[in-house]
Amino acid sequence: MKTPFIHDLIRYKTLLLMLLPALLFVLLFQYTPMLGLVLAFKEYTYAKGIIGSDWVGINNFKFFFISGNAWMVTRNTVLYNAAFIAINLVLQVGVAIMLSEIRSRWFKKVSQSLMFLPFFISWVVVGTIAYNLLNYEHGTVNSLFRAAGIDPVNFYGTPGVWPFLLVFFNAWKAVGYGAVFYLAAITSIDQEMFEAAETDGANVFQRIWYITLPSLKPTMMILTLLAVGQIFRGDFGLFFNLVGGNGLLFNATDVIDTFVYRSLVENNEIGMSAAIDFFQSVLCLVTILIVNGIVRRTDKDSALF
Amino acid sequence: MKATNKIRMDQLVLNAVSYSWVTFVAVLCVLPFLLILSGSLTKESEIILEGFKLIPKQFSLEAYQFIFNYPQDILRAYGVTVSLTVLGTILSLFFISMSSYVIQRTDFKWRNAFSFFFYFTTLFSGGLVPFYILVVNYLKLKDTYWVLLLLPLINVFYILVMKSFMRSIPAAITESAKIDGAGDFTIFLRLILPLCKPALATIGLFVALNYWNDWFYSLLFISDQKLYALQYYLYKVIGNVDALKIVAEKTGNQVPDLPGEGIKMALTMVVTGPIIFLYPFVQRYFVKGLTIGAVKG
Repeated sequence: MKTPFIHDLIRYKTLLLMLLPALLFVLLFQYTPMLGLVLAFKEYTYAKGIIGSDWVGINNFKFFFISGNAWMVTRNTVLYNAAFIAINLVLQVGVAIMLSEIRSRWFKKVSQSLMFLPFFISWVVVGTIAYNLLNYEHGTVNSLFRAAGIDPVNFYGTPGVWPFLLVFFNAWKAVGYGAVFYLAAITSIDQEMFEAAETDGANVFQRIWYITLPSLKPTMMILTLLAVGQIFRGDFGLFFNLVGGNGLLFNATDVIDTFVYRSLVENNEIGMSAAIDFFQSVLCLVTILIVNGIVRRTDKDSALF
Repeated sequence: MKATNKIRMDQLVLNAVSYSWVTFVAVLCVLPFLLILSGSLTKESEIILEGFKLIPKQFSLEAYQFIFNYPQDILRAYGVTVSLTVLGTILSLFFISMSSYVIQRTDFKWRNAFSFFFYFTTLFSGGLVPFYILVVNYLKLKDTYWVLLLLPLINVFYILVMKSFMRSIPAAITESAKIDGAGDFTIFLRLILPLCKPALATIGLFVALNYWNDWFYSLLFISDQKLYALQYYLYKVIGNVDALKIVAEKTGNQVPDLPGEGIKMALTMVVTGPIIFLYPFVQRYFVKGLTIGAVKG
């Protein structure tokens, strides 16, 4: 006698086999590490393995929070991401609206292509670009300063300038890519609305303010929410390749992800880095649930789930 | 009628602002690449003396000459990256589309459960530490070619995008083929996959770009020089140009003075060159992919 479950297994055997590679992959590389978060409460030793290592309660967390690094890296992560979200939003929406107002198709095509270029480049290359621009001895910016009789700036030794530089490079890499979403949304606006506004005597700025911007609101909401859900995750590629192991700058530039990387790979502090990991994963999940909850209440269609 | 012919002040202001701001941003996006290019073509002594600039006084190919005089490393890195990109993209597209097909089949009872199984990983993750220990200590994949091929293979996000694309294919195709007695895998391979070409092209380009630009997995898991992929090789050279000299000397070459700064720039050009040449032709697929992805599945 076959139970219904066994019956289904047989019925779907081909489909299940087709699903199997992706299933195993996700199980192994996504779900297994979630269980591995118990490391946050253990003192990991290679010989004993994850399961066999001794429990140490919340010692790993204590170490992280007492050192003072917890507050610094969390603050940096959130503030940087907040700045990225705000500036990218304004810049990308602005560029998209301007592009949509430009009539010359040739100009539109070329400028959009050029702005899309940084998206295709790895963060390592962005790192060399920053080096080319900012290096103290040979950097382009400093050669310009010298030529103009201004004292050269040692960017890699001046923490204060890095918030601006990191925001700049982040915006630079994302502008063309982000504008695509908004441009697509603008093209799908009903043209009759613009024509009606024209007949009613609205000027172009009124048209943008009362028609284009409100039509972009759902796209802005979704993209911003997705970004806010990740507010506790630092962009490792950006921070690591631009700042690297430059300890002089850490106060102003260290985010959770770079700190975890160094604790794990360079300092081999597995217990503490697992604790920060745990702290970050939980914060991320809680943020997403809160953000989604708020959105569900106000505008059900924009909610993620 | 007349109003449309008259030059309107507001339109004029908007145009002026739009054209100048868009030009400014677009120039800013390309300028760094021009600086890298000109840096790679400047005589080393001029860089040392006066720094990088947009238009060099003394044009020189010495940096490229040096790189191509000792090409073993760069060629090997190219080999690693190109083979990873080709192999990885083909395998990735196959597994992604196959699983997307299954979880969008309306007659598959557990489709929602499995969709959620995939979706949940976009909300919660175990983070770097357990992942690192899993790969290094349990799977023992450190310093293997496999680790670079395997880890970027399946991105759950692309499964979800592919799934929403496949929904636009009429379910009747699957149903009628089933009545004719075709198996599920045959239906997928012969009927569904050819209809997915646009989505496969788009997602394939994203996957290929991920493989080409990957440096993170190399940073974590690769210390064997033979397995350096392009981006990681560049990262290493930027950190320590003299490494080039050491390698060249090991192979028994007499090495002249190293045009270090020029080499950093020239190598950046060599690593990004293919992308800069290719991206204008493929970017419309990326635009399409981004706009598909933006529609909630």
